[in-house]
Amino acid sequence: MKKLLAALLFAPALALASGAAIHLDRAPNVQGDNAALQSGARTFVNYCLNCHGASFARYSRLTELGLTEQQVRDNLMFTAEKIGETMRVAARPDEQKRWFGAAPPDLTLIARARSSADGSGADWLYTYLRSFYVDDKRPTGWNNVVFENVGMPHVLWQLQGVQVMNKDHKLELMAPGSLSAAEYDKLIGDLVGFMVWLAEPHAGFRQNLGFGVLAFLVVLFGFAYALKKAYWKDVK
Amino acid sequence: MASNTNFEKYKSDGSLQGNLIEWFDARFPATSMWRGHLSEYYAPKNFNFWYFFGSLAMLVLVIQIVTGIFLVMHYKPDASLNENGIPVAFASVEYIMRDVNWGWLIRYMHSTGASAFFIVVYLHMFRGLLYGSYRQPRELIWVFGTLIFLCLMAEAFMGYLLPWGQMSFWGAQVIVNLFSAIPLIGEPLSIWIRGDFVVGDATLNRFFSFHVIAVPLVLLGLIAAHILALHEVGSNNPDGVEIKKRKDVHGNPLDGIPFHPYYTVKDIVGVVVFLMVFSIIVFFAPEGGGYFLEYNNFLPADPLKTPPHIAPVWYFTPYYSLLRAMVWPLFGIDAKFWGVVLMGAGVVILAFLPWLDRSPVKSIRYRGPIFKTLLTLFVISFVLLGFLGTQPPSYAFFGVIPGAPVAQILTAYYFLFFLTMPWWSKIDKYEPEPDRVTM
Repeated sequence: MKKLLAALLFAPALALASGAAIHLDRAPNVQGDNAALQSGARTFVNYCLNCHGASFARYSRLTELGLTEQQVRDNLMFTAEKIGETMRVAARPDEQKRWFGAAPPDLTLIARARSSADGSGADWLYTYLRSFYVDDKRPTGWNNVVFENVGMPHVLWQLQGVQVMNKDHKLELMAPGSLSAAEYDKLIGDLVGFMVWLAEPHAGFRQNLGFGVLAFLVVLFGFAYALKKAYWKDVK
Repeated sequence: MASNTNFEKYKSDGSLQGNLIEWFDARFPATSMWRGHLSEYYAPKNFNFWYFFGSLAMLVLVIQIVTGIFLVMHYKPDASLNENGIPVAFASVEYIMRDVNWGWLIRYMHSTGASAFFIVVYLHMFRGLLYGSYRQPRELIWVFGTLIFLCLMAEAFMGYLLPWGQMSFWGAQVIVNLFSAIPLIGEPLSIWIRGDFVVGDATLNRFFSFHVIAVPLVLLGLIAAHILALHEVGSNNPDGVEIKKRKDVHGNPLDGIPFHPYYTVKDIVGVVVFLMVFSIIVFFAPEGGGYFLEYNNFLPADPLKTPPHIAPVWYFTPYYSLLRAMVWPLFGIDAKFWGVVLMGAGVVILAFLPWLDRSPVKSIRYRGPIFKTLLTLFVISFVLLGFLGTQPPSYAFFGVIPGAPVAQILTAYYFLFFLTMPWWSKIDKYEPEPDRVTM
């Protein structure tokens, strides 16, 4: 009887927990750090942009990360001809659907879309990109702790190395990659930082402008309040 | 008191400016309207904090109309996919956010404005509850107000589909599907509303048309009626006493002051404070923690991928909770249908408030403990219903108290508050109202 009661009491708690069991690591905040964002952009165009588009973003915007147009053209533009073009994939979505079963999602806004009560979209991406492990049951040979049965293989495995899931359901590095664990985390941190920037490139400007607007409103409040006081001094 | 537009015509002093005004005034009731609605509209002098929200609702309306006009210049109501496999409507919103000069600001003002509208209007309605502003002779103002609230809900619901994100699509899908629960006509009715068997391009285009033309027109008409009726009978005040009972030798209320300049300068202070709060959200937290812009709505609509949890935007969630609370089929009709009835009744019942309240005084200041207790409980239930509406039905407080039965109890309370009002408002204790307003 006691057991039944305990089970009833904890059943909702378990049901709740099963939805949000994954702990997300905090992504480093690299906004404003142009070197980090440039490194993230490099990783993004080399590894992500082959299959995923960022079709709302234009290459010309990358100059806002402290690069010249020529630098963007030489280092970050592989498939586009003009700097004003959007960051598209060469393949068409319907072709991709035939090849992969589903077209890889556009990544422009993914850092905003992946936000949830569990953590920011950056935290999700940062944890996700570091949580691939080998799984023979999957057609790609890879699985992911954060995104179970994900369709994407571990594109960065040569850098991170090969992780396996051990008996305690913890990830273990079986074969090291070309980067150390710390170097890989830095690479992913930069990449995620770039994706956060990409999702809302004007976010920094927006916040700076906000301080100006609020300062103006504080001054305006002073005048408005004085005006009200002056008019109302006779109202009793 | 005479109607507001019977003031004398302007007489020129012989100057060019005076002659122009006289010419104009002979052909249009300019002076008359100015005096009747502003410079000689006498408002009680004891308005407090709660009286800011009427003028703030007007401000938000203007913000929504002006930003909306500019959004329509670049937005495309088109559900077809572009060459990147993205719906054109979704892509056009992102185009506004990135490539249109200041487009991000206009869009954030519009999306924040939608939530701000409901915050302001809910507080405006609560003011009416506090001070009995719906009581005789202001019943019609209140009825117009509830119609405005209904229109505002329709406006917000249809506007939310336009960005064509996952939540836009699935939210509309869920709500339009509710109509299919109506016996016999339900299925054809929901197809008629959508213009398709699922929410699609036809739905997007008609919602766009309703959102930018039809509903705003009705809304503006109702707001004009709301204000005309208010200016005909005069404003209530925190004491709930009629200022028109005591007049000076000129026939003006002793406790009244001209709306302009007194309340125009006071409302400017309110506007500035409101704009501060509004700017903090627009510039520093435009997503409103996922409540003003839901995270899932940054994904383009995908009819093949149902999100695990579909929640309406926060301002609908109290009413969404009423809908979900009904889980029992009655008279052989699906529970879903009765949920829709309950949700509709939750809004419509507000319109009957003037005839449900039997208290001899208007303001909470002179009402008794029963009203104060029940109103406090009503506010708590409304907020809790709103919170539960954002959560899945399986939600449990602290992981132990299941949310669904709590929502059902709160729903029962929501209706009982109104339905038993004729009884408890009569037996409550009251203090005598003062003769004049108190500052």
